[in-house]
Amino acid sequence: MTETKLLEGKILLNGHGEGELLRLDEPLSFWGGVDPASGRITQVRHPQCGISVAGRMLALPGTIGSSSSSAIMLELIRIGQAPAGLVLVEPDAILILGAVVAREMGWQAPPAIQIARDEMQALAGGTYRINAGE
Amino acid sequence: MSLNLSPDEINILNGHSGAGAAMAMRIVSETARLFGAERLIPVASAHIDGALYHGDSGTLFAEKLLAGGARVAVPSTLNVGALDLACGTRTRLPPHEHDMAKRLMLAHEAMGCLATWTCAPYQAGHRPKTGTDVAWGESNAVAFCNSVLGARTNRYGDFLDICCAIIARAPDYGLHRPENRRAKVVVDCSRISARLKSSEVFWPVIGSWFGRMIGTSIGVVEGLQGFATEDRLKAFGAAAASTGAVALFHIAGVTPEAPTVDAILGGIPAEETIVVTPDMLTVARAGLSTTDLLAIDAVAIGSPHLSFEELAELDRLLDGRKTAVPFYACTGRHAVLAAEKAGVRGRLETSGISIVADTCVVVTPILSGFSGVLITNSGKFAHYAPGNTGYAVQYGSLADCVESAVSGRLTRDETAWA
Repeated sequence: MTETKLLEGKILLNGHGEGELLRLDEPLSFWGGVDPASGRITQVRHPQCGISVAGRMLALPGTIGSSSSSAIMLELIRIGQAPAGLVLVEPDAILILGAVVAREMGWQAPPAIQIARDEMQALAGGTYRINAGE
Repeated sequence: MSLNLSPDEINILNGHSGAGAAMAMRIVSETARLFGAERLIPVASAHIDGALYHGDSGTLFAEKLLAGGARVAVPSTLNVGALDLACGTRTRLPPHEHDMAKRLMLAHEAMGCLATWTCAPYQAGHRPKTGTDVAWGESNAVAFCNSVLGARTNRYGDFLDICCAIIARAPDYGLHRPENRRAKVVVDCSRISARLKSSEVFWPVIGSWFGRMIGTSIGVVEGLQGFATEDRLKAFGAAAASTGAVALFHIAGVTPEAPTVDAILGGIPAEETIVVTPDMLTVARAGLSTTDLLAIDAVAIGSPHLSFEELAELDRLLDGRKTAVPFYACTGRHAVLAAEKAGVRGRLETSGISIVADTCVVVTPILSGFSGVLITNSGKFAHYAPGNTGYAVQYGSLADCVESAVSGRLTRDETAWA
């Protein structure tokens, strides 16, 4: 049985979440990069194209591209295919916004924390948990 | 350091302006808190990118704002929707999705947004003055607004733009603050030939390279003076904002905040200077295409939406010839109107061009089938078309698109790259 590791950092969004780590090798625009009906990465130029972000502890080295990525995050949350948590290296107005709006709509949204870039690089594979606030 | 709201803002938060405005204020304040903003600032306009259907959640959110009595409090233009309400292009959206997409668009119109339905509002007469704070969404519009117009906006994601428009305020952080608009990286294009720089096909390529290289930093490009037109800057910004998080770029001697490289560095040495070589552009250009196949199944241009001048150039290049494959020219209703007056629209349609307004072929299902090869002159289409449409991409100039459309085979003029 594998051990669940606790992730700690600056809390960007409160909440609890647990999932297997998915660390993106390159930044990704959720709009045009993630299928809002399934969570699968669809950007053909992305090295992790084809993998799903649903239920994963998603570590992002940065977000790029479309400002509609908030809408993709909101839709993933509504249909239950969102990441279990977001691990960022800088606050991101676009992805987190999707989660902020989801909470206004009364939907369960993932927590988000910020850690240093080298800490993100050092994360080993496995299952991680965020217990942020509350 | 925490967010201080004014008495008026606290009243909005407490529902004095309605439940919709209170929800908008909560969302804007939460974002302000996230970025450590100490206050909200007034904004003069907004460009709203939340009326494009991606699933029912967006419609439910807009309708919740509307039901709470929310109305925009500043002039607010609308980005594309998922339907072509102006020209009636048929989409393949199933009935439920079509209905929800239309409800989403109508909810935004009902909140008082202007029915511009374009990703190039700056070419539809909406041009905030240099130095004005605004809240704009849509990555290319943000880049153009900050860089070419010199107005000040962050990259507002869907939902935050409409919330800012409703409360006429935005968090005071990032690019609203002059000290954060300085260039840190210098990009030197003086080694690139004048012939290439005066060719339209260069701009999406350098833009796409720039976005990938610069990420979230801010760069100033030297060596493009005398070559930049408005449509070229539009193409550069759109490509850069697709491959990177570029919200602001400077072109020395061209964009308003960068009369010179030194001026926009603000007396602080550049963190990095990169000399662009022809080889770097060759790699960037190759990255815009995703296939070697030569048979062309469709042509898609107009991301960002074509200006009237670009439609007129398309008309000139076609010169009355008929296209052999479907050819989609995406534009705004403002340009359709101008093209109609000038007789351009009729000639384009006779040649077989499908004019798509209010939306585009990469954001909603218009292309037939889910595979094939598409040629485009847009760096943004080249970036997003494979994931969104299933089509593989060949990248070329507008003239290459026209010649390929007429012959049905990839026809590319390489002289500018020689």
